[in-house]
Amino acid sequence: MIKHVPILLVAIPLLAAFMIPMIGMVNRTARTVVGAIALVMILAASYYIAGDVLVHGRILYYMVGSSNPEIVTEHGLTFPIRIGLKIDSFSLFFIIMTTTLVFIFYLFSTQYIEENERKNYFTVLFISMVAGMMGLLVANDLFTFFVFLEILSISSAALVAFRTERKHPPYAGYKYMFISAVATSFFLLGIAFLYAQYGSFNIDYLKEAVRGTLLDKIAIVLLIIPLAMKSGVVPMHMWIPDTYSEAPAPISAMVKLGSLICLYGLFRISFSFGLSHAHVSYPLGVLFIVFGILSMFIGVTQALVQKDVKRLMAFHAVSQVGYMLLGMGVGLTVVRAGDASFALFGKVAMIGGLLHVVNNALYKGLLFLTSGVLVRHFKTRNLDAMHGLAHYDVFTTVVFMIAALAISGIPPFNGFVSKIIIYESVFQYNPVLTLIAIFVSILTLASFMKVFYSAFLGMPANKRPMEQPVLIKCSMLVLAVFIVVIGIYPQGILKVLIEPAVNALVNF
Amino acid sequence: MSAILLYVTFILLLTIGIIALLFKRNLIKIVLAFNILDSGINLFFISLGYRENAMAPIFTLAPFDSVITMVLPTPQALILTNIVIGFATTALMLGVSVLTYRNNNTLDTRKLRGVEEYD
Repeated sequence: MIKHVPILLVAIPLLAAFMIPMIGMVNRTARTVVGAIALVMILAASYYIAGDVLVHGRILYYMVGSSNPEIVTEHGLTFPIRIGLKIDSFSLFFIIMTTTLVFIFYLFSTQYIEENERKNYFTVLFISMVAGMMGLLVANDLFTFFVFLEILSISSAALVAFRTERKHPPYAGYKYMFISAVATSFFLLGIAFLYAQYGSFNIDYLKEAVRGTLLDKIAIVLLIIPLAMKSGVVPMHMWIPDTYSEAPAPISAMVKLGSLICLYGLFRISFSFGLSHAHVSYPLGVLFIVFGILSMFIGVTQALVQKDVKRLMAFHAVSQVGYMLLGMGVGLTVVRAGDASFALFGKVAMIGGLLHVVNNALYKGLLFLTSGVLVRHFKTRNLDAMHGLAHYDVFTTVVFMIAALAISGIPPFNGFVSKIIIYESVFQYNPVLTLIAIFVSILTLASFMKVFYSAFLGMPANKRPMEQPVLIKCSMLVLAVFIVVIGIYPQGILKVLIEPAVNALVNF
Repeated sequence: MSAILLYVTFILLLTIGIIALLFKRNLIKIVLAFNILDSGINLFFISLGYRENAMAPIFTLAPFDSVITMVLPTPQALILTNIVIGFATTALMLGVSVLTYRNNNTLDTRKLRGVEEYD
């Protein structure tokens, strides 16, 4: 059973996505339940393999269509033309994060999206988006990676434009699809450059073969810039505010998760092809640090002046990606330096960066969900028109406070843990970078003070108290509990998930 | 000679596509520009898969020679996939362009800029 898990992670959501329209014609409740069952199955499958991969350090290979799919040579190949899947600790960390969060967002969306004939389309696209994410995470060759990247982009662009009767969402969907299409076209060009030289798509094979020539460097740049574009790093962040603010709230959270998965691809490709040569890995690391600092600073300064609550949160999403890039970039610059600096602070910086990925997915998801509640309650996204929610919705106020304090890095919550790890390790690399990061954190707190002050405090707008549906409350509560638990006891996730992930990324 | 022509065509298509992407303001024309760019990349990839005097990779049709050179079918498979993906992308982009026109009465990106109202 365990040997078929890698393909099941992709096959179950794909199958469910194509079954849902037929079931939805018969019974709408059954359709929602089938989607939930598919997501629970991949959640169970990902936890089922967790012990084997994390504790024993096993790497799961799967050759699609082979009679014995697990047999591999030392290069991870039986036959170089087959579709290869691979799960190591680094991808498993992202798989567990994705399956958990996607299930929570699905629960939220079942009661958030109003029930009508278009909800069938919503469910289909949601589940196929999950299929795209899982395929990206288990892919071991660039062909599969590319195909699932396209599945992810097309389904999420269609979901961004979901509220077609309104004025702006179709244009936001157009913008996102256009950005994704151009990015993936150039990604294909990068694959072409690698294929032309080495004649294979398999990442494990290419990792050994890449020599770091000029053509290799062009190929690596063509591979990582599109992925950086899709994760919303600053010089390429123009699509983020429109996309996140026009999409329905659970979809904003899902697109955010999708951009973190593109960040996974960015790390996977840069560490696979860049790590073997110091003259490739050092400039890549510097590029990551520059992107990270730019993203942090420009994202947060743009967020400060926004009046639209979802645009404000979208710019914070840009700014938070900067922290992850900063941590991973510092690790990448020193990993091949040949001295003790990697053991001293480089690895810690990478651990901080990866912990920030999961923390950011949790509190950013929670913030987007609360913004959905705010927008549905006040019927507007304008912060000036919102006031006094704290008088009659204590639950939303508390979870918003938890998320806002976590994103600003206030001690008992999870954002503090990852930020302090990044500050300490980056300080040993270059103190100026830490100063900028702390300054950005203060600006983040300032802008969330603004949201809290205008939306939650002040005179109550209308007296009728609004009770949230139970699944919406449950999903937000689970995210808040995760934030608090990781904040109080970070050693658990650090030891179980993050350290094996960093080891898998560096030692291969 | 023909190989050079292929690469020249690829460069031309790529350049035309990028220039059109950068300077066209109409949503439909941007979709066309993306299609030109995509077909340029498809052409490049498919010409990489070409081998001199090689056979199609079908074993039952291969002659009983001691040395058979066959084409690796992966680039063709990838480009076939990319053509289908390009079709899906184009359909979706044209669909949302129609909706954009219906809601805003314009296809000009300069007039679509800016979100003043909050809904």
